[in-house]
Amino acid sequence: MEISSLTKKRIEELLKEGKRLDRRKPLEFRDITIEQNVSNKAEGSARVKIGDTEVIAGVKLSVMEPFPDTPDAGALMVGAELSPLASDKFELGPPGIRAIELARIIDRGIRESEFIDLKKLCIKKNELVWAVFIDIYPINYDGNLIDASALAAIAALHNAVFPKIKNDKVQFGELTNKSLPLKDTPITITFYKINNTFILDPVMEEEEAAQGRVSMALTFKKEEFLHAIQKAGDEALDEKEVLEVIELASKEGKKLYNKIKTHLKIK
Amino acid sequence: MEKEKKKEKEEKESKKEEKKETKKEAKKEEKKKEKRERIIAVPGEIIASGPEFLPGEGTRREGKDILAMKFGLLDKKDKLVKVIPLTGAYIPRVGNTVIGQIVDITFNGWIVDILSPHLAFLSMTEYPKYISKNDLSEYYNFKDNILTKIKAVKSRSVELTMKERGLRKLEGGMLLRINSTRVPRVIGRAGSMVNTIKDETGCNITIGQNGIIWLKGKKMEDELLAREAIELIVKQPFIDGLTEKVKTFLSEKKKEKKSK
Amino acid sequence: MAFKRPDGRSFDQTRKIEAKVGIIKKADGSALFSFGDSKAIAAVYGPRQLYPQHLQNPEKCLLRCHYDLASFSVTERKRPGPTRRSSEISYVMTKALEPVLHLQNFPNSVVDVYIIITQADASTRCAAINAASMALANAGLLMKELVSSVSIGKVADAIVVDLTKEEEDYTITKEGKEEKATTDIPLAFLSRSEKLSLLQLDGKIKLQELKQAIAAGKKACVKITEIQKQTLKKIKEK
Repeated sequence: MEISSLTKKRIEELLKEGKRLDRRKPLEFRDITIEQNVSNKAEGSARVKIGDTEVIAGVKLSVMEPFPDTPDAGALMVGAELSPLASDKFELGPPGIRAIELARIIDRGIRESEFIDLKKLCIKKNELVWAVFIDIYPINYDGNLIDASALAAIAALHNAVFPKIKNDKVQFGELTNKSLPLKDTPITITFYKINNTFILDPVMEEEEAAQGRVSMALTFKKEEFLHAIQKAGDEALDEKEVLEVIELASKEGKKLYNKIKTHLKIK
Repeated sequence: MEKEKKKEKEEKESKKEEKKETKKEAKKEEKKKEKRERIIAVPGEIIASGPEFLPGEGTRREGKDILAMKFGLLDKKDKLVKVIPLTGAYIPRVGNTVIGQIVDITFNGWIVDILSPHLAFLSMTEYPKYISKNDLSEYYNFKDNILTKIKAVKSRSVELTMKERGLRKLEGGMLLRINSTRVPRVIGRAGSMVNTIKDETGCNITIGQNGIIWLKGKKMEDELLAREAIELIVKQPFIDGLTEKVKTFLSEKKKEKKSK
Repeated sequence: MAFKRPDGRSFDQTRKIEAKVGIIKKADGSALFSFGDSKAIAAVYGPRQLYPQHLQNPEKCLLRCHYDLASFSVTERKRPGPTRRSSEISYVMTKALEPVLHLQNFPNSVVDVYIIITQADASTRCAAINAASMALANAGLLMKELVSSVSIGKVADAIVVDLTKEEEDYTITKEGKEEKATTDIPLAFLSRSEKLSLLQLDGKIKLQELKQAIAAGKKACVKITEIQKQTLKKIKEK
C-alpha cells in the first residue's frame, strides 16, 4: 500500500512544528551500527544498519587488462541488487533505474573523491591492473537506502585486503593482510525535501511523502570538498534552497563523518 | 461422562471461590494462568492427544493426535484446540471491519487495497445511498481511506460494503500500520486497552481488523502519543499486565510534557 | 587410509548451526539459517495477488522460491542475476517445500520466498531450504510440518553429513592419477511423516552406500527439525 494521503498531510503538518512521526528532529539520524567482515569469501564486507534499514556490501578483487584510456590505473565497479527480499517495493528482474541510480551515486562518491587510489592498483602498465567490485545488497528497506548503502560500501572498502597473486593470476580464497590504498573517506548524505523543510534519514513513510531529494558526497579530512551531487525527486528546487542544502550538507555531513570515524578507525 | 461433568462442576465452583478472594490475589491468579497458557506451537507438533479433543483453527487430527498446522500461540479452551497466529499477512474474513485505500475507480465501483491476498471491490450499489454513475470520484477518490466491511470473500476477490452505521470515508488524522495478528491485543479485553489509550490521549481511534489504525486527536501531539502507546503494545513480548504498563507510560509522558 | 574430516568433525556431525526468525521487518515471514560458513537468509511475502493473470491457478495458491547467491559470497565473484544453476535450485527448493504447504485457501494468489546466500561454503541449497521452511512458518501459513535439509557426502569411503567446499573438492590419487572422490547428495526430509522432498546426487556411489547415505540424512534432519522448532518457539513476538 502506498502512503495514505492522510498520513502524508500529517507528516507535512508535523514538520511545520519541527516534529516527526518517531519524534526525531528534522536533521537527526536513527541509530547507526556498522559491522565489518560479515562475509568471509569477500575480500572486504560490511553490514550497516540505520534504524530498521539494513544493507550488506561486499568487495571482491580480481585482475584485468586496464581500460585503454587509463592504462596505469585500476578499475572500480559498483553494483546494487534490490532484491524483493528486502521490501515489497522491489521487483524481481534485471536492475531497474532505482538500482542503477543507487549504484551510480555510490560509485561517483567513491570515484570523484579519489577514495581509492586507483593509480596504486596498477600491476603492470598497459597490461594488468586490479579491479575492485563493490556489490550492495539491501536486506531490510525502511527508508534512506542511499546513505546506508554508501556507508556499507566505504566500511567494506576499509575492511578489504588484497588476495594473493601468482603468475598474474589471483589465488582466490588466499588473502594477504595488505589493505587497499585508501585516501580520505567520503561521506554521502541525502536530504529529503518535504514541503519546505529538509530532513535527513527518512523512514519509508517520510520518503514516500517527500517531493525532492539531494545526495551529496563530501570529504572532510583537512579541508572540506564536495565531490558529487545528485538532485532527484519530482520538484525543482529554488536557488536559495540549493544553497541552503549545500550548507546543511557541510554541517551535517561533518557530524556523520565524526560519528563513523571511530567505527572505521579513521585517524 | 458423569465423572467429567462432576469435575467440571467442581472446577466451576472453585473458580467462583477464587472470585470471592481479594482482587489482588485474583489478578495474580490471572497472570499465572496467562503464563501457563503461553505455549508456542510449531507446524507438525502434537499439541493434544485423545479422542475427546476437537481440532480447531490451525490444527488437524491425525489418528488420536491433534497436530499444529500453524506457527502460533496454543489456545486450549475446554476441549477445543486452536493455534492463534502471531505473524503473517492479513487473511480477510466476512464481517471484518477494515481500513482500506482506494487504488482505482471502475465504471461501477472502486478497487480498494485492504492488504489482503486479493484487491477488494466496493460496488457503487454498496454505497450507503443511491448514486449515479457519472463521477464516482466525487464520493471516494484515489488514495482516499475508508472504513469498510467485508461482505464476501471469493476465490479471486473480496467484496466490500459501506451500508452499515459507522462505515465512512476517513477525514483528517493519520494512519498507522501494525501486524493484523496484534489487533486483538491493541483492542484488549472488551476494548479495555484501546479505551485506556483513548482516555489518556483524547484521540479518536478506529482499528481495522487488517491492522490499519486510524488516529485523530485534538492536537497532533495527542496522535503521536497514541501512536507511541500502540507501538509499545505491539512490541511487548508478553501481555501480562500490559494495560497497566500502557497507563503508566502515557501518564509519565504527560508529566514530562507538563514539566517542559 | 581412512578419511578424516579436515575440520575434525565426526562423520555424523553437522557444522555449527545458527538459526533466527523474524529478521526482515517488511516481510510477512523471514529467517536465517547457517551451516558453518554457509549462510542463507529467506523472506516470505504473501499470500498476495499474482500477476500476470495467466499464471494464476484457480485451484490453489502458487509457491515460488527465488534462490540467489550474493556476488561476493563465493571466492571468485559471481555476476549478479540468475543463472541456470540458481534457476534449477529455485525450482527444486519449491518442490521440496510445496508438499508441506496447504495452499488451497488462496486460489489465484502467490507466496514468494526470496533467498540470498550471503556466504557460501557448500550445502547452500540445504541451508536455503531450512531458512525458507522456518520463514514460511513465521509467515503464519498453514503447514503440515517443517522441512529440514542437509547434504550427505560420500568422501573416499566415508559417508559424512553436511559437506564443506573442501570436502566437495576432495580428491584421491589412484594409479598415479588424481581423481574426484566425493559424491554429493543434498536431501530434504519431512521428519514427522518420514518423507523425502529433495533428493539429488552428483558423483559415483554404490546402491548400498546410497541407502546408508539416506539413513544418515534422515538422522541429521531429525536434529535439524528440532533446532528449527526450538528457534521458532523462542520468538519474541516482534
